[in-house]
Amino acid sequence: MKESKDKMIQMLEDMMVIREFESTVQKHFAEGEIPGFVHLYLGEEAVAVGACNALEEKDYITSTHRGHGHLLARGGDVNKMMAEIFGKATGYNKGKGGSMHIADVSLGILGANGIVGAGLPIAAGSGITSQILDTGAVTLCFFGDGASNRGTFHEAINLASIWNLPVVFVCENNMYAISMPQYRSDGRKGQNIKDVSDRAVAYGISGVTVDGNDVMAVNEAVTEAVKKARNGGGPSLVECKTYRHRGHFEGDPTVYRSDEELEEWKKKDPISRFKNLLKDQELLDDAEYDELKEKVEARIKEAVDFSQNSPDPDPSEVTTDVYYGEGV
Amino acid sequence: MSKLTYAEALREAMAEEMERDKSVFIMGEDVGVFGGCFGVTGDLVERFGEDRVRDTPITETAIVGSAVGAAMTGSRPIAEIMFAGFLGVPMDEIFNQAAKMCYMTGGQAKVPMVLRAPNGAGIGAAAQHSERTEAWFVHVPGLKVVYPSTPADAKGLLKSAVRDDNPVIFFEHKILYNHKGEVPDDKDFTIPLGKADVKREGKDLTVVATGILVTYALEAAEKLAEEGIEIEVIDPRTLVPFDKETVLDSVEKTGKLIIASEETKRGSFTSEVSAVVAKEGLFLLEQPIKRICAPDAPVPFSSALEKVYIPGPEKIISAVKEMV
Repeated sequence: MKESKDKMIQMLEDMMVIREFESTVQKHFAEGEIPGFVHLYLGEEAVAVGACNALEEKDYITSTHRGHGHLLARGGDVNKMMAEIFGKATGYNKGKGGSMHIADVSLGILGANGIVGAGLPIAAGSGITSQILDTGAVTLCFFGDGASNRGTFHEAINLASIWNLPVVFVCENNMYAISMPQYRSDGRKGQNIKDVSDRAVAYGISGVTVDGNDVMAVNEAVTEAVKKARNGGGPSLVECKTYRHRGHFEGDPTVYRSDEELEEWKKKDPISRFKNLLKDQELLDDAEYDELKEKVEARIKEAVDFSQNSPDPDPSEVTTDVYYGEGV
Repeated sequence: MSKLTYAEALREAMAEEMERDKSVFIMGEDVGVFGGCFGVTGDLVERFGEDRVRDTPITETAIVGSAVGAAMTGSRPIAEIMFAGFLGVPMDEIFNQAAKMCYMTGGQAKVPMVLRAPNGAGIGAAAQHSERTEAWFVHVPGLKVVYPSTPADAKGLLKSAVRDDNPVIFFEHKILYNHKGEVPDDKDFTIPLGKADVKREGKDLTVVATGILVTYALEAAEKLAEEGIEIEVIDPRTLVPFDKETVLDSVEKTGKLIIASEETKRGSFTSEVSAVVAKEGLFLLEQPIKRICAPDAPVPFSSALEKVYIPGPEKIISAVKEMV
């Protein structure tokens, strides 16, 4: 029980870190300190945290354009992450990737990706390495409901299935591909099925749908899929139904959804739900929660200070890293 | 030395690299029991097994995308795309994923993969199966582009491409597959990427040619020599990185330059070589650079039309005679 309690508190903290990190990015983006686009993970924290906590150190993930949560859940360094989003030399990618490409390859992160659906074939390839070099690693592929309409979804899952690759495809169904609803009984829709996981049967793999705002449910489903993949049982599709609190990107006026809908989903907020669950089970009290919150806020504040005080990349960096380990 | 065809030399290169390094594997459509659409992979599946010579479904996007993922995690995939004209299908995986991964991650990610693609016209395969797409990839930072013209170069360059830590687009010309030549047997024989080869020395004019045009230029050189005209034929062998020094040295000697490729002319590799020489060797030139390419039209089907379309040795001969 002790171990389980620690793990649960850890998952709560991981979600809180994402929440605080993203809220802070939101603020500094609005203030004009962060260039480009940012796609915030607010509201979806349970998916990244539940899923990444099912992995071992040697495993891999592929991330998306909405990838901050994945990297944080995988143990990414908040200073290097924030500095990358600020475009600083001290960022994970030396300021060359930014929000959409932020990655720590040493943590087994095979890139966040600005192309929707690009991570699925990359994850399949990582699965091939596991087979050829017999590493025992499992690859967890995050993608959204929007990506599930791309050809990469079909080709990658088919390949993973026929070759029995150790890959877990985790669909973060946040209900919208920018403005296009994944499914509605009538009107505009991206697909004519309620559950993306229905598609699994077409590839001969198992598919489940879970409450993506329930971190334990996500963790349980992904843990089972990872175990199956590691034991040679091949790929699975795990769909996590969730909702983004913010628009597709910061600045999105979200004209395509109602305030009432957002409020309904906020009632199912993954963090307050999990906090209340822990309190009900007497695994956490208010004082402990406040202490956790203070700790998380201080950590993110430090990351902002680090970023603001970091130098811009040197102009000579424009043409370095085009090729691995050499200039050309 | 052994006398091998271009296709056999490529197969030997792959076999040697797979023997040397267990992380090297092959995947593509019909590369296994079928032996490859042009027979290049041949019996490799019998020698290395289905795990390392992987027959894929018709799935170019997943072939290239999974090669990227495999390469990022410690494998060295050699992926075959059946025809260079099919490279448009997995284009995102090539130019947005393979090519940019190292840069976007600030040098963290390495993508050591080779994408082999049969290039070129001459077999009556019409527009979509005769494509020459090298210039598309020359344009993309992060990719290396290789295009051998002889069996020895095919072997040495493919081995270097497999050992390189970057994504390499490796073009092979379909007509060259059956060409024979002497190929070193040494398992450590490699040809560095970025080193041009002077295929024939001459003092009167420089011809820079790629792929099958190297063969045509050498045929032209034989005939011109009978008339006392000595042309120098240079094969860059790798289009990226491009060995401009060897070309500029030759132009310094001859003062005249023809650039020949089977590509359609507009925005081709020949355009890039022209621009480089015009900038860095303008005062070495005695007259304007001439480019010999295919017309800016898709490859026609009819043999009568295809023959006119392909820039053969005659076109090189007449262009040389206009200049010397």
